Order: sequence, then C-alpha cells, then structure tokens
Amino acid sequence: MSDLNDTRRGVFGEFTKGFWKENPILVMILGMCPTLAVTTSAINGLTMGFAVVFVLTCSSLIISIVRNIIPKQVRIPAFIVIIATFVTMVDLFLKAFLLDLSKALGPFIPLIVVNCIILGRAEAFASKNSVGLSVLDAVGVSLGFTVTLIILGGIREILGMGTFFGMPVLGARFERWVIMLLPPGAFITLGFLLGAKNLIDRRMEEKRK
Amino acid sequence: MNVRLKMILILTLFACISGGVLSVVYIVSNPLIEANMLAEQDRSIFLVVPEAKSYEEVTKSGFTYYECKDQGGGTVGIAMPAKGNGYQGTIRLMVGLSPDLETITGLAVLEQVETPGLGGRISEEGFSGQFKGIHTDPAVGWVKNQAPEKDTDIQAVTGATISSRSVVAIINKNIGELKKVL
Repeated sequence: MSDLNDTRRGVFGEFTKGFWKENPILVMILGMCPTLAVTTSAINGLTMGFAVVFVLTCSSLIISIVRNIIPKQVRIPAFIVIIATFVTMVDLFLKAFLLDLSKALGPFIPLIVVNCIILGRAEAFASKNSVGLSVLDAVGVSLGFTVTLIILGGIREILGMGTFFGMPVLGARFERWVIMLLPPGAFITLGFLLGAKNLIDRRMEEKRK
Repeated sequence: MNVRLKMILILTLFACISGGVLSVVYIVSNPLIEANMLAEQDRSIFLVVPEAKSYEEVTKSGFTYYECKDQGGGTVGIAMPAKGNGYQGTIRLMVGLSPDLETITGLAVLEQVETPGLGGRISEEGFSGQFKGIHTDPAVGWVKNQAPEKDTDIQAVTGATISSRSVVAIINKNIGELKKVL
C-alpha cells in the first residue's frame, strides 16, 4: 500500500482517490464482510457508509495527531482502542436515535472495529501523514465506500424488492428477484460492479493510447 | 524514557481516555435507549391485546408475562413475550392471549433475521394478522398452500415453511410453559 501513497497526487488527489482509483471496495477489495452482508437495501448501505465515515474520519484525525507519541511496538493496540471508542459511540447513537436501522444492521456496526478499511487507513496513511491530509484521505475513502455501498444496495433493492430507498420504482407487476437479497445476490452484484469498473478503466486506458 | 515504560504508559493513557469518553456517551444515551426499548414494548403489547389500557409485569417461577387491564382494572388479556429459533436466527415475538389462554388476540414479530422476501414475511400483517382469533387448544397448527379449515390453524408463508413453523412452535412451547405457571 505504501508505494501507492508515495506517488504525489496533491491535496485534491488524496480526497478523490477513494472514489475511483483506490476505491476501498472495487480496487482494494477491503471490508467485504459489511459490504456483502448489509447491502440488501440502499438505506442500509447509506447508514453503514455514514457510520464508517464517522469512525474513519475521527480515528484518522486522532491517530494522525498522536502518531508521534505512540511507540511503534504498541501502535496496533493503540489504534484499535481509538477505533473501538468511536465505533461504540456510533453503536450507542444508533440504538438511541435510529433503533430500526440499528436492528437492521445488527452486529455489523460493532464489527466496524475490525473492518480492515479503518485499520488499513490508520496504518497505511494516518500514522505517516499530517492531520489535514489524513482527514482528507479518510473522508475520501469512506465516502467512496459509502457511494459504492449505496450502488450495491440500490441494485439489490431494486431487483430484489422493486423499490429504491423504500419507494416503489418497478411497479406492482414486477416479479421480485429474491436471490438478489440473499448472499449470492451480493456476490453476483459485486462481481458485475468489479467487472464494470475494470472495463471502464481499460477503455479509458486504450483511449489514452 | 525507557521504551517499555513508555509503551505501558501510552496504552494506559489511551485506555483511560477511551473509558472516560465512553462513560459520558453511555450516561447520555442510555436513558434514551431504555426509553426506546420501553416504547417498543408498550407498542407491541397494546397491539396484541387491543382492549388493554394498561399492563403490569408479572414474573412467576422465572417466566415473565404482562397482565393487560382495561380502564376498570379488570384483566382483559395476557401479553406473552416469546423467543426461539427460526430458520436463520432468533425470532422474538409478543403474543396476545385471552385471560383463559384459549384464544390468541394478536401477534407481533419483534425481531427476526429470516430471509428477506421469504421468511422475513412473517413480520408482515398478511402472516401475523392470521393469528388473531386462533384457538390454542390443543395446539396451534399450520397448513401449506391452502386456506386453513380448523380454527387452530394458520397458513404458512409460501416458500418459507420453516420460518412459519418456527413461529407456531415458539407460540405453542411458550403457551405450554405459561399454562404450567398460571
């Protein structure tokens, strides 16, 4: 990962790379557990995404501030304590204010603690870069994660239930593809998204030549 | 400074700050979380025993249920929380019963992780509404792909027999236990 970060891309590049070039789902293939499990609907994807935006941004901020006082032998436990603190805050917040969404996401909110995107960004970026860059990197990567989750959840919800964010879009006569809501639907959709991303990248590469 | 000492100090410091922050968040959010749980319980109890105006929690030999009362204080029914295994995970129900436990007055599915679109439909009114008026003696039963003939039977969700059967089994098991303690 570090060789990717060494290429100079400027402040704006640190923010935008998460959406396409280093998209955590489509390129780094990280965080597959929540990606596959919670994206049965667009709203689940959105909530999961926002939870990750909060946790990743806050923990990258704190980690980049304290990076120089943490002895490197204990950096991983220190990162995990910081990450777990923010994850617990999100979990309590959802239970207090958005109970239905908290139930729908179940154990996947507490499991953000072990989401490799968060620790990955902490280790590969926040522990080596300035506060400003780390926050930009965190916001960009987590928003890229969120957008991808909404696309994944949206496709599965539209084909599986005929709705998008709970609103009917395909009409009552649409025969719901239940498989899209089941685990195979997650893998199939993710496969098509990965294929589409690579296809677009290749086309753009050819055009440049 | 000695590296070993520094490691211990830093980790201790981090853990203490984290504990402090979380205590504050917990103190603020816990009353809200408990109020949510209580509101959900109220909603489900008044849904399954529609005549109830108030209820009282009763625990007898380790079995908790809610005695539902009308305005005059007379018992109009019993709301029984029940849980058990479904097809994929735990199903939690609130079952409304007449005071003699002979008739189901309503059913609310509080929690389930069945297959969305198949077993998940046990939460829909089309399934749970069927339980209203079902007799519990000798036991609640279910039929598949046809309208039930007996007054103890409900119709299983198409394609989700296991989830439907689980709900019926959880109800029967808990009514049996409730009958023993009452």
